[in-house]
Amino acid sequence: MTAVASTTVDLARLQFATTSIYHFLFVPLTLGLGPLVAIMQTAWHRSGDEAWLRLTRFFGTLLLINIAIGVATGLVQEFEFGMNWSVYSRFVGNVFGAPLAIEGLAAFMLESTFLGLWIFGWNRLPPRVHLATIWLVVLGSWGSAYFILVANSWMQHPVGYKIVDGEAQLTSVWALLSNGFALRAYLHTILAGLIFGSMIMLGVSCWHFLRGHEADLFRKAAKLALIVAVPVTLLQLIVGNRFGEAVTSAQSMKIAASEAQWNTCEPCGFSLFQIGGFTASDPTPSFAITVPDLLSYMATGSFHGQVQGLNELQTQEQRKYGRGNYMPNVRVIYWSMRVMAFAGVLMFLVAAAGAWLYRKRKLERARWFLWTAIVGMALPYVAATAGWILTEMGRQPWIVQGLLLTSKANSPNVSTTWLAISLAFFITLYLALGVTDFVLMRRYARPDRPTPQEELPAPAVTY
Amino acid sequence: MNLQILWFCLVAFFWSGYLVLEGFDFGVGMLLPFLPRDERERGAMLETIGPVWDGNEVWLVIAGAATFAAFPAWYGTMFSGFYLALLLVLFFLIIRVVSFEWRSKGEGTRWRHVWLWANAVGSTGIPLVWGIGLSNLLYGLPIDSSGNYTGNLWDLFTVYTVLGGIAFVLVFAFHGACFLTLRTTGDLFERSRRAARLLAIPAVVVGAGYLIWTVAVAVDRNDKDVFPPVLPAAIAIAAFAAAAILVYLGRSGAAFALTAVGTLSIVATLFTSLYPRVMVSNPDFANSLTVSGAASEHYTLAVMSVVALIATPIILLYQGWTYYVFRARVTGEEIRPPSDVIAGQTGPSAG
Repeated sequence: MTAVASTTVDLARLQFATTSIYHFLFVPLTLGLGPLVAIMQTAWHRSGDEAWLRLTRFFGTLLLINIAIGVATGLVQEFEFGMNWSVYSRFVGNVFGAPLAIEGLAAFMLESTFLGLWIFGWNRLPPRVHLATIWLVVLGSWGSAYFILVANSWMQHPVGYKIVDGEAQLTSVWALLSNGFALRAYLHTILAGLIFGSMIMLGVSCWHFLRGHEADLFRKAAKLALIVAVPVTLLQLIVGNRFGEAVTSAQSMKIAASEAQWNTCEPCGFSLFQIGGFTASDPTPSFAITVPDLLSYMATGSFHGQVQGLNELQTQEQRKYGRGNYMPNVRVIYWSMRVMAFAGVLMFLVAAAGAWLYRKRKLERARWFLWTAIVGMALPYVAATAGWILTEMGRQPWIVQGLLLTSKANSPNVSTTWLAISLAFFITLYLALGVTDFVLMRRYARPDRPTPQEELPAPAVTY
Repeated sequence: MNLQILWFCLVAFFWSGYLVLEGFDFGVGMLLPFLPRDERERGAMLETIGPVWDGNEVWLVIAGAATFAAFPAWYGTMFSGFYLALLLVLFFLIIRVVSFEWRSKGEGTRWRHVWLWANAVGSTGIPLVWGIGLSNLLYGLPIDSSGNYTGNLWDLFTVYTVLGGIAFVLVFAFHGACFLTLRTTGDLFERSRRAARLLAIPAVVVGAGYLIWTVAVAVDRNDKDVFPPVLPAAIAIAAFAAAAILVYLGRSGAAFALTAVGTLSIVATLFTSLYPRVMVSNPDFANSLTVSGAASEHYTLAVMSVVALIATPIILLYQGWTYYVFRARVTGEEIRPPSDVIAGQTGPSAG
């Protein structure tokens, strides 16, 4: 019986992980490419330079292909709470449901409605009003991200609630909305979005340089991408680090696991790479590269700060919540943190090298860099995925930190068979969608694409 | 007014918004394989709903999130109970959403054919499942004392609930055909009008049958008096009947307004029949979920009331403005959104 129950929970978790990671491949590009397209359209509006209009339309198309699938997969997320996690839904609905509802009412509707106006309003709306619609789309998507992260952050660091009759009840909406964890997570996510947008724009532009296609046009795009990418990737390294401090106070176990820090240390070195040391029975790595004192700084803001170890935290949690294992999967958390951070540093280096080459006017001829930027388009995807694995798996075994265990939150009436069916369904459908999306994005981004007039017998068809 | 009742009404209102607005989008999608004769007409037909379908669909997102926030117990039971049915809805939703954006992004006729049918299948499947699902809230499902659904997929199918699904499909096909008569020109307009006339009688007959049965179910299975549910049901039947007559008289604008009223009244009939319950339990009637039992605490409802009462009028304003902007009939030869002119030489006339 217990074995069946744990399989059910595992399948439900695997499904949530699959669908949300997938959803988040599309969301951040929307968050970042949206404002870049809006900036380009604004530049066209102000200067009248036709090049900006062409760039707006070029990157606008990539944005639209991407948004379609982001919207579709977002619906899955909303339904999934109730479908697979009904106990969780009843437990948190009072608190967690509110930001979701506000998100729909205040942000998502704005984004969707004005997106329709932007796509179809080119000749119908006065240029100034049409320009406003793309900015409202950006406002909607950024607002949407905020409310969703408020909801998620409440699971990481519950605030503004009380527990009555085994249910969380909201006591302060202000506390919920100004949750420090949420504000940091939001900044981190918005920066991630801008990194997505600028790295994709840079990569696509470099692809065009490589083929010697429309270099004058894409030089403008590359310049804009670099102006955004350099400060944003650098800022993200700092913000990510500050975010780590918030996590330390709210979720000490997550930080200890992300460093595979079994015993409390003061000061603590930061492990860059290690072999072994990921289980309680084998706490000491057989090989490790460590930077002295750095972990103390990252976790506490001081080079001499104390970081509690997994073993000590486990003892504390047992005293607080009763017997059980309160540690997440240390190996996964350690590596997801590193993959995210290393990808972040790499992206900064790519952006910085690009800016330097651009200043030297060598960007378009530096083939090594063009290829690096093209391959580098994968980096934001890698970093975002690793980041969410760290955030969500690092919270385990809790679904709501300190309040509800994941193992007790699933829908009791949803059988293993149903879950297996739905998981297989999502994997198949999402793979098919992913491949199609990639093919379409590639086709519309490629330099040697024929003009639309050649490929469509009826050029006036808009749909 | 009691906030629990306000939120019960708001959930009904969000469902109405979804079904009235996305309802005609569904109808357009259902008719997509049958009305247009060439690629230009197919493009024109999709363009009638192109600017608005996405915003219309968000009403569903809001209805779902409002249920989660205002009635967590209802949300948990309904969504986990309708499991496989919702999986089907998600499948239809996803293929339909991407079909809008992706169909025109490929050049082959087969590619376009596939996504055209994806849209049509999705547009038919979604209202079919919602019709069945919403009817089941009233008809009653096996729910245990802790509020969990204990049945399987097949328990959702009864003659009444399947009739509900078919009624939704026919009503929206009719609603969509009326909408097309407002937004198209030439041959496509003629064919839309013929489709509306063809669909009017079956939509009225099946819709009326479903509504009358709904009132009977409310009395039999939910312990209700005939009044008040009979009131919105009568309005719905009258609206659809009048719409059918107007379609034959060639008054498409008025007909469309009445199919919208009719759709709204269907939702009103269902929710009036449900109150004070949100999900009827059968055979153990005592296990039914009630508005007061499933609702969130007062504070949550108060906070959300403030947000909803500010945001909803604003949404209605800007969505209304969208319909005003795109009020002109579509010929399929006018506008070129950025997706089609990729860094091309032809800028918009505004540039």
